Amino acid sequence: MPKPRHIMEFERPLIELERQLAELQQLDLVDNIELSAEIDALAAQIEQLHHETYKHLSPWDRVQIARHPQRPKTQHYVETLFADVVELHGDRAFGDDEAMFAGLATLDGRRVAVLGHRKGTNTKENIRRNFGSPHPEGFRKAMRVMDLAEKFGLPVVSFLDTAGASPGLEDEERGQAWAIAESLAKLSGLKVPVVVVGIGEGGSGGALAIGFGDRLIMLENAYYSVISPEMCAQILYKDASQAETASSCLRMTAADLLGLGVVDEIVQEPLGGAQTAPDQVFEAVRESVNRALLELAIVDTAVLVARRYEKLRAIGEYCSLDE
Amino acid sequence: MSIADWFSARETKRYTQVADRRVAAPSGSDVPDGVWVKCDGCKRTIYEGELVENERVCSACGHHFDLTAPQRIELLADENSFVEFGADLAPCDPLSFVAAKPYGAQLTAAAEKSGLPEAVVIGRACISEHPIVMAVMDFRFIGASMGSVVGEKIARAFETATAERLPIVIVTASGGARMQEGMLSLMQMAKTSAAARQHSDAGLVYISVLTNPTYGGVTASFAVLGDVIFAEPGAMIGFAGPKLVEQTTRQKLPKSFQTSESLLEHGMIDGIVARGELRSGIASVIGYLKPAEARSVANGGGL
Repeated sequence: MPKPRHIMEFERPLIELERQLAELQQLDLVDNIELSAEIDALAAQIEQLHHETYKHLSPWDRVQIARHPQRPKTQHYVETLFADVVELHGDRAFGDDEAMFAGLATLDGRRVAVLGHRKGTNTKENIRRNFGSPHPEGFRKAMRVMDLAEKFGLPVVSFLDTAGASPGLEDEERGQAWAIAESLAKLSGLKVPVVVVGIGEGGSGGALAIGFGDRLIMLENAYYSVISPEMCAQILYKDASQAETASSCLRMTAADLLGLGVVDEIVQEPLGGAQTAPDQVFEAVRESVNRALLELAIVDTAVLVARRYEKLRAIGEYCSLDE
Repeated sequence: MSIADWFSARETKRYTQVADRRVAAPSGSDVPDGVWVKCDGCKRTIYEGELVENERVCSACGHHFDLTAPQRIELLADENSFVEFGADLAPCDPLSFVAAKPYGAQLTAAAEKSGLPEAVVIGRACISEHPIVMAVMDFRFIGASMGSVVGEKIARAFETATAERLPIVIVTASGGARMQEGMLSLMQMAKTSAAARQHSDAGLVYISVLTNPTYGGVTASFAVLGDVIFAEPGAMIGFAGPKLVEQTTRQKLPKSFQTSESLLEHGMIDGIVARGELRSGIASVIGYLKPAEARSVANGGGL
């Protein structure tokens, strides 16, 4: 049975017109009422609205798309882009976090290490995967695989899709902050190329822990933010319903971040989002990642690490009181 | 304090959960006489003068009051040894962030309130005659949240220490990353951690002192990357704020949750050091953790 279509807020007017059209068509067909003129007019109206709806997406619309339950997830990219995937489990200290994928794989003949936040495709799977929010052991597993990648000279490809690191009591007790900080330090000096792809949600420290490197590629409708728009609204406006305002203030879309110098490249999505034509997106991501890996493969290790540092060093805006 | 400042202070308190107490007078200025402060620990009323003499620790219950950056520097650095650098760096409003109170106005108010251009002060200093680089955060400045300037100054502190082969001591206090600078703030976590790693790779010692409160993006970056991590007694330290944790966990949190004492129990910090012993504790670690080449010279010298 096909899954019921997930309707996003901003699609509602369009969906309503589509429903009306279906009704008219039904009347036309079944009840034999001549309605072709009305049908044509409505169809034209729908086509125009369709174009307007998806061509001029607000940051908040994009957040809805980034969170779309049918949006391709890390496992779909791993299955589609890579061959001979060997998943690696566990942090060797506490457990195996199913919110974090780690493994070895081959991308068009090139051996790589793969990391990625892992959301579920249904409620049951989501509960197992903590809705894609890693525990400390998830980041520690990722770090273990970063070490492996460095030891054997494999580039790292990392997929971001998390609302954030898990904020539970036990996460705190097991050192969530320590796990993230250590991952940041490790990634910053890793002696192999690191290519990051933002495919959906990029929630704060939990995303950043595996979310920066030599290339940051983002899908058009993915977001990357210091805080979720809801929580930002709660804190700054004392009103979670102001999330829409917060989402534009935070400048969290791929286009905004390209402008701020945080993101290197944007991969266009089909009209309406990646879920409407996943294969098209997989192909575009494959091409971008391959190109990045090819370019980075010829860079001397010391230069690679120095450039990564310089890139981080350059992010931020301030002024001097002396000037 | 103007009415506007009073409102902003009150507003800050509402969500940073700073207990209701007077903002301490900045270092250097004379503490006004006859001021009484209520202790958060034992609820006793303490004479401000007594508090100052006791390094702002309650003599009855040992509660450690928050310190401003100037107060902390005065407490830790050898007399007249602290020389600030990077003092010219000031924040701007890179996203033109719109909120009930515009970020630009918030920055101005914070600067007036604290007398500081940003939430961290960095410089060269000596601790018990050990030359070091030092960074101290000041919670009065927008909850010592980390934006571009805080990240830049922390990175410069590490870089200076690396270049001059010096130990670094960082005293943290922060509500986390500064939302009003969006992703630029988040990326400071990576930037400061990268700078910390370079200092570490150079074989130099980093001592981190976590004070009340240290949260979010600061905890989850440079704050916990110290070779040795100390915390002050009773400090609240964590990644997610207790309210969010409680919502997520849907159970009442233990009373000791996210305190220094609980972190020590869970193996996350090296020790809890009372304010009075902090200076000697830091000096002692610096004495032990010298760069490896210095040790081999010392060994060669028959020590």
